[in-house]
Amino acid sequence: MKTIFELSSPGRMGVSLPELDVPETSELLISNPRENGGKTGLPEATEGQILRHYVNLSSMNHHVDKGMYPLGSCTMKYNPKLHENLARIRGLSGIHPLVPDSLAAGSLELMYRLGEFLCEITGFKGVSLQPAAGAQGEFCGLMLIKSYHKSRGESHRNEILMPDSAHGTNPATSTLADCVVVGVESNEFGLVDPEDLRRKVGPNTAAFMLTNPNTLGLFESRIEELTSIVHEAGGLNYMDGANMNALLGIAKPGEMGFDVCHLNLHKTFSTPHGGGGPGSGPVTCTEELARFLPDPVVILEDDGVYRLCRNQDSFGRLLAFHANTGVLYKAYAYIRTLGAQGLREVSEIALINANYLKAKLAEYFDNPFDNGPCMHEFVLSGDRQAKQGVKTLDIAKRLLDYGYHAPTVYFPLIVHEALMIEPTETESLEDLDAFVEAMISIAEEAEEKPYLVTDAPVNTPVLRLDEVKAVKDLCIVEPSQEGESL
Amino acid sequence: MSRFVPNGPEQREKMLHAIGAAKFEDLLEPVPEKFRLKEKLQLPEPLSEIELTREFEEFARRNKGAELACFMGAGAYDHFIPAAIDHILLRSEFYTAYTPYQAEVSQGTLQAIFEYQTMIARLTGMDMANASMYDGASAAAEACLMAMRATRKQRILIAGSLNPRWLDVIRTYLSRDDFEIYEIPFLEDGSLDLATASKLIEGGTAAVLVQYPNYFGLIEDLQSVADQIHEHKGLFIVAADPVALPLLRSPGDAGADIVVGEGQSMGISMSYGGPYIGFMAARTKLARKMPGRIIGRTTDRAGQTGYVLTLQTREQHIRRDKATSNICSNQALMALANVVYLSLMGSRGFREVSSQCYHKSHYLEKKLLEIPGVSRVFGNTPFFREFVISFPISSIELRDRMIEHGFLAGLPIVELGDGAMLVTVTEKRTRDEIDRYVSTAAGICKGGRA
Repeated sequence: MKTIFELSSPGRMGVSLPELDVPETSELLISNPRENGGKTGLPEATEGQILRHYVNLSSMNHHVDKGMYPLGSCTMKYNPKLHENLARIRGLSGIHPLVPDSLAAGSLELMYRLGEFLCEITGFKGVSLQPAAGAQGEFCGLMLIKSYHKSRGESHRNEILMPDSAHGTNPATSTLADCVVVGVESNEFGLVDPEDLRRKVGPNTAAFMLTNPNTLGLFESRIEELTSIVHEAGGLNYMDGANMNALLGIAKPGEMGFDVCHLNLHKTFSTPHGGGGPGSGPVTCTEELARFLPDPVVILEDDGVYRLCRNQDSFGRLLAFHANTGVLYKAYAYIRTLGAQGLREVSEIALINANYLKAKLAEYFDNPFDNGPCMHEFVLSGDRQAKQGVKTLDIAKRLLDYGYHAPTVYFPLIVHEALMIEPTETESLEDLDAFVEAMISIAEEAEEKPYLVTDAPVNTPVLRLDEVKAVKDLCIVEPSQEGESL
Repeated sequence: MSRFVPNGPEQREKMLHAIGAAKFEDLLEPVPEKFRLKEKLQLPEPLSEIELTREFEEFARRNKGAELACFMGAGAYDHFIPAAIDHILLRSEFYTAYTPYQAEVSQGTLQAIFEYQTMIARLTGMDMANASMYDGASAAAEACLMAMRATRKQRILIAGSLNPRWLDVIRTYLSRDDFEIYEIPFLEDGSLDLATASKLIEGGTAAVLVQYPNYFGLIEDLQSVADQIHEHKGLFIVAADPVALPLLRSPGDAGADIVVGEGQSMGISMSYGGPYIGFMAARTKLARKMPGRIIGRTTDRAGQTGYVLTLQTREQHIRRDKATSNICSNQALMALANVVYLSLMGSRGFREVSSQCYHKSHYLEKKLLEIPGVSRVFGNTPFFREFVISFPISSIELRDRMIEHGFLAGLPIVELGDGAMLVTVTEKRTRDEIDRYVSTAAGICKGGRA
C-alpha cells in the first residue's frame, strides 16, 4: 500500500485550528530557527484521506476481535469494549498528573484499590503500579531485591538464577540490573531440577527468577522445595507473572515462597495489547521489600485521603509520572466486573480449554513433556512434521491461511520446533474445535502435500516476507524524494 | 458465567470428558494440595456494566483537577486532540492485535509504525527512529545506556536543567557503581554552564544530555555543546520537545547523535500520567546499538513491498542477556496516535500549533510582568511554551488560591524561590482564559479578592 507520504499534496490539511487570538510577540526571540525554511517533512492530507489510509492499513491486521489468537505466553483474550469507554471519561483521561492529590481523588482511590486487589490475588502486601510493561516490572522486582541485599550489607549478591526455559526478558533484565545470569537446568519432565538449583545457589545468589506455571505451561510442582533452596542460600524468589492467567483464585505466588512478582495487566487482566503496547506491569511484593518500592506509591491516610508518596528507602523511579494509568483503569474495571468467582472461572476455563486442545492434538503432533495436565498453555513440537520437510515456521504461516494467528514458535528454547499454544478462556468450544480441525488439516497437508504448507501463507495481504533482505538493505524510514519539499 | 467466558457447564463437561478428567480439580493435580486456595479471593462483589459505569463516573467526578483551565506542563501537556485519532485507535484491528510477530497478518501495524519512525526521524532531523519506548524519561535513560555501549565509556553528563523526574529515572536505570553521572549546572540566565561542561567532559565521557527546550522552557544553544562533546569523541543526546521542533533548529541539524523525547503532546490525553510514549531517533551508524523494536521495509515472495520487525538480533528474545535492552512490549498504540496526529496536523498545522504555543505563552508572560512584584527568573532568555515566573507571594499558596477560581496555574518550583512557578500555555488556552488568569493572579498577589 502507498505510504501516507505518497498521499501528500501541498496545501491540504486534516485539522482546523482557531486563529491566533493574542497579539504576536513583537520580536521573534528564536535565534536558531528551523532549518530548510521551517520544513518538517510531515505529510499534507485531508481528514478523510488520512482516515481512509489508516482504516485500509488496519484491514491488513489479524486481531482478537476477528479470530483466535493462540499466541502462547501472550494471553490474547477478549478485550471488553466498555473498558475502553470508561478509560476515556473526561475526568479520568483529561487530568494532569501533577495536580495536587486532592484534585485527583478519584484516580487515586481507583489506583489504591487496584493495588489492594492485585495484592489479594497474588498473596502479597506491597505494590507498585508504576512499571509500564512486564519487562519494566522485572526490572522493578530486581531493583527491590538488590535494595534488600544492600540494606543487609550483602550488595555483592549479583547472581540471578533462572531456568533455561525463561523468557528472554529475564536474562536481559538481569543485565540491566547489573547482575549476571546463572542458568538452571530443566529435568526430563520440563520442570526445574532441584538438584541443579542446589548446585547453583551460593553466597552470590541474589535471586531465583521463575515463571510459574513455566513457559511449557507446566506448574512447578516442587515449588516449595525450589523457593526454600534459594531462601536457605540467602537469596530471594522472583515470580515472572506472565502466566498468571492460570492461577486466578487457584493459588497465590505469595504462599509458594516467592518474595516478589510482576503481573501483565495486558495479558491476565484483559487490557488490550494495542499492537505491541501499552502494557502495564505492576509489581507486588512482601512487606519486607515494600519499603524499597519506586516513587510514587499510593497510600490511604488515616483521614481517608489518598495520597501519592515516596518511600524513604525507595530505589528511585521508572517513569516520569505515576504509571500507565489509562491501562490501570481498564484492569480495575475487569476485576470489578468479574469479582472473585469470575476470576476463578477465568483460570478454570483457561485450563480446561488448553487441556482440551492438548488432548485433541495429541495424535497429530509430538508433545515432549506430556506427563499429565498442563495449565493454561502447552508446547507441542513440530519434529514429526520437520522430518517431512515442513518446519514449525511453515505450520505457523499455514495457520494464517486458515484465518488464525500462529502460536508462539521456537520458544521455549528447550523444545525443538516449538509451537506454544494458549487458547485463553474467551474461546468457545466451537471455536476450539475449528482450530483443532485446522491443525489436523495442516498436519495432513504436511504429509500429503507439503508444498501447501511450505509455500504458505497465500491468503494474506502479503506473502512470506524476506527478513534477511530487510536487514541487508536496511530501510527503516521513508527516504525523502529528490526535490521533494521536506 | 461472566459475559466473557463462553464455555458453561455443558461445554465444561464435554471437554473434561475429552480430556479424560472426571472433574476440574483433576487438572490441578500438579499444584500441591497445600497451595490450592480453599477460600474465595477477598474481592468486592461483581458489578454489572451499568453499576460499573456509575462507579467510574463517580471516580471521574472526584477528579476535580480535570475541570480546571490547565496552565500546568512540566512534561505533560494539555494540547488539542483531533477527534479522528480516537476513531483509529478504537479500531479493533489495531488495538486488539499483539506485537506484529507474524508480519503477513500485521501489515497494518507495521506500516503505520514505519510511517511513525519516518515522521519522528524527520521532525528531529535524524536518520532513523525506533518503534517507541515507554515514555520520554525511560527513553532518555536508555539513550544514556546506548551511548555507553557505543562509546565504551561510562560517564554521562546531564544538564541540570533537565526535568528532575527524568533525571530520577536516568539515575535509577544507571544505578551501578561503575557508572558516573554528573550534572552540568545552569547559569543565572538558565542556560547551560558550558565552561563547567567542558571541564567535566574531559577524560572519557560517553555522552552529554541536554533538554531542548529545557525544563524551564528555555531554548538552549545545542551547537556549542555538540562541538564540545564531539571533540572528545562522545555522543550528544538531546531530549527534545516535539511541539517546539517546527520552530526550532532541529537537534539533528545542530549535531545531535541521539534524540529522545516525550510524545504525549502529539495526540495523547494526559490521563493522569500515562500511557504516554517515548521516542528515540539516531544516526544510522548507531542503528545496531538501539534498544527496542524497529520496523523495516522489505519485499515478499512475489516482490510486493511489505514491512517486518528488523534488526531483531539486538533484542531480548534473541540475544537474551546480551540484548541492547530488556524492553519487549512498548507503546505501539500511542505511536499510532502520534502518526495519525502528525498526519492530521501536517507540516502547516503542526507549525501553527507550535507557533500559537509560542505566542500565547509570551503573551501571558508579558501580561504577568505587568503585575507589581512579578518578575522573570531567568532574565530574557528565549523560551518556548513554558516559562518560570516569580510571584510576590508563595507560589504554592497562589496555586491553591487559583484552583478556587478554576485555574491550574502551574507547577511551583520552590527550589528557584518561594514565588517561582513554571507556567505553560498551549494552543488550547484562549485569550479570555489567559486574561482572566492574569487578573485573578493580580488580585491574589495584591492580597485582595480577584
